[in-house]
Amino acid sequence: MDFGGINPVILIATLMASAVPILLAALGETVVERSGVLNLGVEGMMIIGALGGFVTAVTTGSPVLGFIGGAVAGAALSLIFALLTQVFLANQVATGLALTLFGLGVSSLGGQGYNGIKPPHTGQLLPDALADLPVVGPILFGHDWVVYFSIAMTVVLWWVLKATRIGLIIRAVGESHEAAHALGYKVNRIRLMCIAFGGAMAGMGGAYVSLARVPQWVDGITSGAGWIALAIVVFASWKPWRVLIGAYLFGGITVLQLNLQVAGSGIPVEYLSMAPYLITILVLVVMSAGRKGKSSAAPAALGQNFHASR
Amino acid sequence: MKRRNLLASAAMGLMLASGAAFAQGMDHVKACFVYVGPIGDGGWTYQHHQGVLAMQEKFGDKVEVQYQESVPEGADAERVLTQMALGGCNIIFTTSFGYMDATNAVAAKFPDVKFEHATGFKRDSANVSTYNARFYEGRAVEGLIAGRMTSSNKIGYIGSFPIPEVIMGINSYYLAAKKVNPDVQLSVVWAFTWFDPAKEADAAKALIDQGVDVIASHTDSTAVLAEAAKTNGKVIGFGQASDMAEYKDGPRVTSIIDNWGPYYIERVGALLDGSYAQADIWAGISGGEVLIGEITDKVPAEVKAEAEALRDAIGAGTVHPFTGPLKKQDGSDWLAEGATAPDGDLLGMNFYVEGITGDIPQ
Repeated sequence: MDFGGINPVILIATLMASAVPILLAALGETVVERSGVLNLGVEGMMIIGALGGFVTAVTTGSPVLGFIGGAVAGAALSLIFALLTQVFLANQVATGLALTLFGLGVSSLGGQGYNGIKPPHTGQLLPDALADLPVVGPILFGHDWVVYFSIAMTVVLWWVLKATRIGLIIRAVGESHEAAHALGYKVNRIRLMCIAFGGAMAGMGGAYVSLARVPQWVDGITSGAGWIALAIVVFASWKPWRVLIGAYLFGGITVLQLNLQVAGSGIPVEYLSMAPYLITILVLVVMSAGRKGKSSAAPAALGQNFHASR
Repeated sequence: MKRRNLLASAAMGLMLASGAAFAQGMDHVKACFVYVGPIGDGGWTYQHHQGVLAMQEKFGDKVEVQYQESVPEGADAERVLTQMALGGCNIIFTTSFGYMDATNAVAAKFPDVKFEHATGFKRDSANVSTYNARFYEGRAVEGLIAGRMTSSNKIGYIGSFPIPEVIMGINSYYLAAKKVNPDVQLSVVWAFTWFDPAKEADAAKALIDQGVDVIASHTDSTAVLAEAAKTNGKVIGFGQASDMAEYKDGPRVTSIIDNWGPYYIERVGALLDGSYAQADIWAGISGGEVLIGEITDKVPAEVKAEAEALRDAIGAGTVHPFTGPLKKQDGSDWLAEGATAPDGDLLGMNFYVEGITGDIPQ
């Protein structure tokens, strides 16, 4: 079952785990952007979540509480963003970038003294008997609970955004905040809740890095995952299922290129490293070409602030 | 006296005065350090910072230390260096290979400031010194342990960037492993980063997935050991740059420790007492710059004794990790029977030795 020295079963199982941080963060950001807010602070929220989750897990000894702690930390940081953009109507792009820088700095400060500590282990959810089944075992049953949670969240968000009243309201706010306001919806309050949700998801994604994927704390541990999450949202044209595909594609290529190197394939590393970005550009081109002049899939009010007085 | 002469003699006087002051040493030195990662990386940068702290401890008030973390290699480094030079630094240590060109470019503009570049080989102006440690000596000890300890006969190496420093480590590791275990196969993964814990862990995972059971790494964080720890003892690894003692009861069987303290004390001390001169230092196990961390009980006693004997022999100078006959990967001759590699060959190393598969990315 090997292709050029690479076992596809193990490869798929690995990429599912390695895509979790960007998948969670991108799902959260999808909801935020669908409500019309562009929060570029994903990286900052992820790293704060990574630290918050790590500290909580080490203090309490429970990895599950750690993930909750990461989500709370990410949401708390995102509320700063919400305050600035929804109450004081600050520019969203600039505030989001500032949030990333702030998050990186605060996590570096708060992480002093946590280097070299090992967090409690996040084990696989299902018994070994299932995980040891050939082929389906490692892919379907061999993961920790966060992997299943990330997939479940994809389904839930798809259903909520597509088929529920809440989803309809979020989309209405994102497409035309004035119309939503005229219908009596509290635009800024809805957006604030979406931002907090996005922060919690990003924080949880960050916590996955520090608690499961690289179980330790070091400065700058997320190293750019938040930016990839932002790219995936655009790649996915703001649809949860495509976010899942995008995250697995990005995660998969990273894992694949390392595996190809180990297997000694002749494909230069550089081509594989740039592949996900090339595919993003391709997808964007194909998407905009397919629409024949219609506006892109982006929510119409994306990045615009709203105040009821207007 | 004409004004021109006056100016010239004034300038001359100043130069003499400053020259004299220099010869007598300085009362106070501002030493500045540029780090490629955060000091909390637990590896390379952490270890440099430990050296700096030791130096500060030694000189106390006479030394003012300034440092900047996570400086990208490239144009940003030049800006940081210029700021430091303008900010009154007397000596600036740049602690990563990628700062080489930036260091030399800025040094040319500030002839009165001393520059010390770690792991580089360019000394374009008189105020640039280079310093390095013979990490490949430690790699040989690791390689011996890898060759003896592997049960799958597959050993791995996570490289950062394809530069001579890293390539000589890979070659030394492989040669030592091959010597004690002719069946050993080496897989090299290039991470193209010094510090990215998630990617380092992924690289380790890729190696483990393919049956590798001993992993050496040339990146700066402890992520590789953290990943190896997940295998419950099936995979072992080494502390890199720092002892990484927190993994002693896990995968870490020994480590290469960079011990920069003595060098920083020597150089700043020389600046203080006036004996400072341009230098190109490359010390190894014998000079105390490279230390081999404690070998844990996971390694059988006879292998441990063998590794320690190799360490001591390299330290005493009786064994060189690169001793002929050796061929390059392409089959061409490199070292004749009994010959040892000249430093020039090592510092410019851009080839694998015979037996390693795969290409070095260009």
